Amino acid sequence: MAANQHTLLLDRGNLKRRNRFNKAVEIAATVAAGIAVAVLVIVVGSVFLNGVDALSWHFLTTPTALFGESGGGISNAIVGSAIMVAVAAVIAIPIGILVAIFTTEFASPRVAHPIRFVLDILNGVPTIITAIFIYGLIVIPQGKQSGFAASIALAIVMLPIVARTGQEVLSLVPGALKEGAHALGIARWRSTLRITIPTAAGGLITGSLLAVARVAGETAPMLFLSSIVAQGVQTDPSQPLASIPYFIFQASESPKPEAHTEAWAAALVLIAFVLALNIFARAFYARSRKRMGA
Amino acid sequence: MEAGTLSNPVLRARRNLTDRIGDPLLRGLAGLAAVVAVAALAGIVYEVIHLAWPAIKEFGLGFITTNDWNPVTKRFGAAPFLYGTVVTSLIALLLAAPLSIAISIYLTELAPRRIMRPVATLVDMLAAIPTVILGLWGILVLGPFMRDTIEPALHSVLGFLPIFDGDPSAFGYLTAALILTIMITPIITSVTREVFETVPGDLKEASYALGATRWEMIRQVVLPYSRPGIVGATILGLGRAIGEAIAVAQVIGGANLINASLFHTGGTLAAQIASQYSNSAGLQKASLAYLGLILLVFAVVVNVIARIIVQRGRIKDIDDYDIGVVATQAQSL
Repeated sequence: MAANQHTLLLDRGNLKRRNRFNKAVEIAATVAAGIAVAVLVIVVGSVFLNGVDALSWHFLTTPTALFGESGGGISNAIVGSAIMVAVAAVIAIPIGILVAIFTTEFASPRVAHPIRFVLDILNGVPTIITAIFIYGLIVIPQGKQSGFAASIALAIVMLPIVARTGQEVLSLVPGALKEGAHALGIARWRSTLRITIPTAAGGLITGSLLAVARVAGETAPMLFLSSIVAQGVQTDPSQPLASIPYFIFQASESPKPEAHTEAWAAALVLIAFVLALNIFARAFYARSRKRMGA
Repeated sequence: MEAGTLSNPVLRARRNLTDRIGDPLLRGLAGLAAVVAVAALAGIVYEVIHLAWPAIKEFGLGFITTNDWNPVTKRFGAAPFLYGTVVTSLIALLLAAPLSIAISIYLTELAPRRIMRPVATLVDMLAAIPTVILGLWGILVLGPFMRDTIEPALHSVLGFLPIFDGDPSAFGYLTAALILTIMITPIITSVTREVFETVPGDLKEASYALGATRWEMIRQVVLPYSRPGIVGATILGLGRAIGEAIAVAQVIGGANLINASLFHTGGTLAAQIASQYSNSAGLQKASLAYLGLILLVFAVVVNVIARIIVQRGRIKDIDDYDIGVVATQAQSL
């Protein structure tokens, strides 16, 4: 963008045309943003309008009906999803935060950089591949599916999210705080646990909540890790457990309109949970960030 | 060494002892966690190759170019699904990349601050919708709309092209590509928006001072400055699109052969695994794992390239850190 463009900008008597073109681009950009928002409204609106009628106390508190029948609910799927996501969170969040601590507090850049890279690659692995991995690792040796197997797969999906957001947040903790601690002769582990982590707690919690929101809707691992479920509400993670995403997947593939209605209602439950968790996590972070003075 | 903090010698001795244990303990635990993360990736690679091994031995590299998937004759090939993956992802990219750039231009250059934040959040929310719900919406809302409105229109105008030939249908490559577009647009947008925000104000003002209109400033300053970030973001979106199994399996229709018409049903690597892995056995299951291996190679290569490009474009500016952006990226990339 050198001399020739100055002439392009100033000398030609085409200001009207340039302004018109500029206006067209501005309108196009605005329309693009409008499309994105409209798609969100249409998708969420479809889920709401189609699901709200079928949503009832009965639907939320009744287990899924026998194969192919309608009139059941999703209580078993809600319980199963809650258990599997909780187990995954208990596994992935501590490990993820520890990885973040390792790379920001202990590791030299020569070590931290490759680990960050591995986390990014792990984050890019399609979840269906993670599911195949766990199928070979757990389901084949055990000879059966289980909620636990699905939890491990969900944990692998969560791990890089928690670790990467954790790294970002931990690296935001003011260096002066850590240096102050070191100047007082406080050991590294003590300053990490008592100063760095509490300072970054808001961000760490936010990252964890977002990871939970992400895996709550994760369907691929359920397909062959936890899909052959017994009737009624199951709570034993060593057995396959029902889940809301898998219920939606199955019902959406059914040719029957009643199944579609149930799929919409289950989708409404899931989308409400996921979006609420997202909004809460972001608001929470904004608040804790303000407190941190950032 | 810390006489002022702990005057009681017994307490001080105890603190020294816990520090001697605590430091290596936390360091060890954290290091172990990092090893777990690395091991998970290594385990994934090993296990997928292991499960695919019978099919690799049987079909070799010819698997990639075999246009067949027949459980009866036990002849399996990846070509139909490679084709479906490439076609749906490319269409999604062609639609999502310009859309994302336009949205980012709106958010960073045009929108008033009061509107910018909520709109940016809404776009991020689109990334949070579980893909199984997008698939459900695709089956029951978008699919019929494609069949009854969009595809007949495309057919009547551009029907002379083989890709727009054939009968409109609710399920097929085009419907899948549109669902993928919806999926990856917010992901690409979150990165490009972040990159646009790092363009130095001086450069923009210099451009305005030379008499540029807003679009000319964007074309001559913002876009060139952000090019590595835009390319990286687009490739990351591609990585996400090729790996999506559920939503695509729901709307692509599940055919096992290459078909030129975009209206026709087809399959992708990920969708084929999703729809057949649980009820297959023997060579077919191994062949599905082989599809998985190809998909994994694809995903890793795409992600590595994207990371390198994005990092070279040095978009990470810690002062502009925004959890929404990082979260959306982290969720999706």
